[in-house]
Amino acid sequence: MAEQQASPENVLFEYALRLGDDRLILGHRLSEWCGHGPILEEDIALANIALDLLGGATHALEVAAAAEGAGRSADDLAYFRETVEFRNLLLVELPRGDFAYTIARQFFFDAYSVHLMDALSKSKEPQLAELAAKAVKEDRYHVRHSAEWMVKLGDGTDESHARLQNAVNDLWRYTGEMFLSDPTDEAAASAGIAPAAPALKEKWNAVVDDVLARATISRPANEVFMRGGRAGRHTEHLGHLLAEMQIVARSHPGAEW
Amino acid sequence: MIANAELLDILRSVKDPEIPVLDVVELGVVRDVREESGKIVVDVTPTYSGCPALGVMEEEIVEALRSNGYADVEVRKVYSPAWTTDWMSAESKAKLKAYGIAPPHVREAEPLIVLERARRALACPYCGSSNTEEKSEFGSTACKAINFCNNCHQPFDSFKSI
Repeated sequence: MAEQQASPENVLFEYALRLGDDRLILGHRLSEWCGHGPILEEDIALANIALDLLGGATHALEVAAAAEGAGRSADDLAYFRETVEFRNLLLVELPRGDFAYTIARQFFFDAYSVHLMDALSKSKEPQLAELAAKAVKEDRYHVRHSAEWMVKLGDGTDESHARLQNAVNDLWRYTGEMFLSDPTDEAAASAGIAPAAPALKEKWNAVVDDVLARATISRPANEVFMRGGRAGRHTEHLGHLLAEMQIVARSHPGAEW
Repeated sequence: MIANAELLDILRSVKDPEIPVLDVVELGVVRDVREESGKIVVDVTPTYSGCPALGVMEEEIVEALRSNGYADVEVRKVYSPAWTTDWMSAESKAKLKAYGIAPPHVREAEPLIVLERARRALACPYCGSSNTEEKSEFGSTACKAINFCNNCHQPFDSFKSI
């Protein structure tokens, strides 16, 4: 599939779709832990964070739906698009793995999202600025939560350390996509509605290096990164997730309770 | 400030379903209520992005106004300024405490990322002791954290500051 070309008319739609899809898919992955958390407090925490992400997703997809102006609602975007139409990072669609894997993925995303939302709260586009001003407050809680667990697991037992180091090693190749530029990102940045993705990397590096050091976890040296999610080229895992997430809406379109 | 006292009084009858000692006005969820060409328009803002109580509050707002004779009601969502616990009055905080929830503290300016939680000796809403500890920053609802009182050995909720 060819890379989507972003015109000024659809840049807000495309950009809001990215924000919404990242949060929708990651929120869904986190919600898979509901009832399965390692301890009660953590079960509750993961469900709460999933809920915040779902709320942010709803808000972003409402912005996208309005920008598109094609009569689709946020729910239509969530439940009636195909895999190739999703614009989320590959990082967020990967299966939840073990608890160390879930935490490492969450930390990498939280450290990105908190800086993205902080910058986005100064967007020239009021709809994105207000979305971000709200999300950044919640993200600050999220990144503290995942960073605390990074340190607990990394600087914990031999077993928890090994599991977290494995998770970090496996996930690392998916972290670069957060900072890659493409036509949508460039168009959004030049219009002043969003920060350029590469500009967030330095701040992300600073918090990641700090937390990895406290967690006694080595930072992988690999700088070759997977990409494709922003252009609709996904891993095999997204289709399975969507099948589960979308089946009720597709089986009973328009149903209410 | 919301000018229409009568409408405001009606809205004060709607409580947060998860914290029934606070109404939607003092919680800060209702941002404005006004009449626009014969229709009552209520602006509401979510507390946390995904708070599932907001939908219930919206329905109850419409119901409360209808049962007071206002048939044409529209609830609009607004997002700016983002909701904050700093809007909560001392009176509302006292109600929370009496209900068994330690109230939020007023936020101070701090860096974007604070990796280590501030250790605040919250007063236990049951026995008043400050010998308490926060167990988790995430609790029974999006807006609450879990704490434990080492004095009366009672777990308790606290309202998160945001």
